[in-house]
Amino acid sequence: MSGRKPNAGPLRDQPGPFFGDFGGRFMPESLIAAIDELAAAYEQAKTDPEFQAELAALHRSYTGRPSIITEVPRFAEHAGGARIILKREDLNHTGSHKINNVLGQALLTRRIGKKRVIAETGAGQHGVATATAAALFGLECTIFMGEVDTQRQALNVARMRLLGAEVVPVTTGSRTLKDAINEAYREWVTSVATTNYIFGTAAGPHPFPAMVRDFQKIIGEEARAQVLELTGRLPDAVAACVGGGSNAIGIFHAFLDDPDVKLFGFEAAGDGVDTERHAASIERGRPGILHGARSYLLQDEDGQTIESHSISAGLDYPGVGPEHAHLHDIGRATYLPATDTEAMEALRLLSRTEGIIPAIESAHALAGALRLGRELGPDAVILVNLSGRGDKDVATAGSWFGLLDEGAVQS
Amino acid sequence: MNASSAPGAASAASAASVSSAASVSSVLQGSGALIGYLPVGFPDLDTSVDAAVALVENGVDALELGLPYSDPVMDGLAIQKATQQALANGFRVRDVFTAVERIRSRVDAPVLVMTYWNPVVQYGLDRFAESLRDAGGAGLITPDITPDSAADPSADWMATSERTGLDRVFLAAPSSTDERLAATVAASRGFVYAVSTMGITGARADVDAAARTLVARLRAAGAERTCVGIGISTGDQVAEVLGYADGAIVGSALVTALAERGVAGVAATASALAEGKSAGTSADGSPGKSK
Repeated sequence: MSGRKPNAGPLRDQPGPFFGDFGGRFMPESLIAAIDELAAAYEQAKTDPEFQAELAALHRSYTGRPSIITEVPRFAEHAGGARIILKREDLNHTGSHKINNVLGQALLTRRIGKKRVIAETGAGQHGVATATAAALFGLECTIFMGEVDTQRQALNVARMRLLGAEVVPVTTGSRTLKDAINEAYREWVTSVATTNYIFGTAAGPHPFPAMVRDFQKIIGEEARAQVLELTGRLPDAVAACVGGGSNAIGIFHAFLDDPDVKLFGFEAAGDGVDTERHAASIERGRPGILHGARSYLLQDEDGQTIESHSISAGLDYPGVGPEHAHLHDIGRATYLPATDTEAMEALRLLSRTEGIIPAIESAHALAGALRLGRELGPDAVILVNLSGRGDKDVATAGSWFGLLDEGAVQS
Repeated sequence: MNASSAPGAASAASAASVSSAASVSSVLQGSGALIGYLPVGFPDLDTSVDAAVALVENGVDALELGLPYSDPVMDGLAIQKATQQALANGFRVRDVFTAVERIRSRVDAPVLVMTYWNPVVQYGLDRFAESLRDAGGAGLITPDITPDSAADPSADWMATSERTGLDRVFLAAPSSTDERLAATVAASRGFVYAVSTMGITGARADVDAAARTLVARLRAAGAERTCVGIGISTGDQVAEVLGYADGAIVGSALVTALAERGVAGVAATASALAEGKSAGTSADGSPGKSK
């Protein structure tokens, strides 16, 4: 549609700034110098064995990589008997895949010579990971979080503060992730000389989509080898939840050029995609520009961003990373909705059948895997990215399922 | 209200239908211009038109009409609040053309539209540009795209502005490299918007010294007309800026005045700001007289 030249060669390692018609760098001039500086530092680090060795050592001794895979047969009984294998990013230090990206960007921050980092966060997972890396590297840290999210993820706010970070509740706009990003941009414009912005997902302006993907692709690289070793073959399908899409692109990446492996991203459908309360940007959005990139976007006729809704703060975002938009357009990956109710049922099912409490975000992928299993049949092998653990969501689950004693709800 | 007492340009009504008769470059010649920003639709469409007219009747030389947008990342609280209210009151993108046409039928001053990029793209760039031109608008100020993104094939503003004759005002920042300043100057038409400080819109006690340096760098890069914006809120600051730049852009101070004291209040603020024009001295000699 745009007359842009198609990307050539394999699907893996597309460098940006464009993925097909999507991506780019639609940004205020005030931030271009900082983005250029970051892109240049990253380009250099990408091929610098010293940087890569340093990151690998951190992942071994701090993150706890490689993360294991776990086959979940009791859960899979509810999926038509297909084999379901979880990639256990929930077991990483700080409890999610976010640390993979944050350690990479924190190392870059040190390379650039900046002493302060800022970040946005939705569920608080990226904020916690950033606050953790800041503590580890001795960096000053400020986290922007929508006021609505500070309330539903209060435990993570306390975690970030305990780690020494300043948490700024954002009271503008919809007071969720989108507005936390807006406020982080405003802060970055003002303090760019001393401050690096550690962006949490594979969206935003170039180089973030490619860079965040590169820091997350370790998920799929490990999982591909682990599934091969366990089953003797590649999985039939890979499933992940998609908000901005960093855990999904991280696990998809290693399989992009394996045409027999189907890739499924599950977007948060909230109350349902036919209601006004969902976050299914690809399913119900159309291309537009938000936060520096062209991608699918929930917007009204005038291009005003529509507020998204999801029980999961981490998926409650009206946009999606540009590489996912491209993979959707060329048909390489399939994006499907999963509702709040489906996700919560899957969360409870995994807890009760396998003793693993997943994050509500990841539970959207589990809900999808249950559907996929029934469609693909009992011979199928399905790899699911369990991107985070559910400790942060216990209060939400407690009130959803009515598990809390009277009176305890208020505390 | 003193807004209606000042004499408007009686002949402007006919000029409006002849497209952008008032070009921004013409008002930037001479000793320097005052450019006033107000968002369309705040507090409602009619009042925003009256307020814009009042600015011109009280010494503002050119108007920058803001198009309310859900995610204004370059704006501080004063403008955020006003534009969010406009949206809550039902502002539609098409209202901006109505506003431009009505303003141009009442006063003879160039009207630029300041807009984040997605609403333009969704309206349809060609359709937006033609509607703006037909309403008598002079061009666009685009705070969240740079010349390289403006030439993107998905919505090529460089080509559309050539075709429609609209001015395209890009922003330059203190952090911009010399190479980028040169590209920004080459891509801009009308003037270059020099961002006075590393920050977002909002009144500040002092206009950053970085502004003077940036304007000098822009001139060295070949800029004929440079206007300074962000942080300017008093007549003294206008005078100071016009000592080295072709124009001073005031936004948040006017928005705050309109929010707190209505059209009469914004007229008085414009009048006070305009006093800075006569006090301004052309310290750098004569800024670009010809096109």
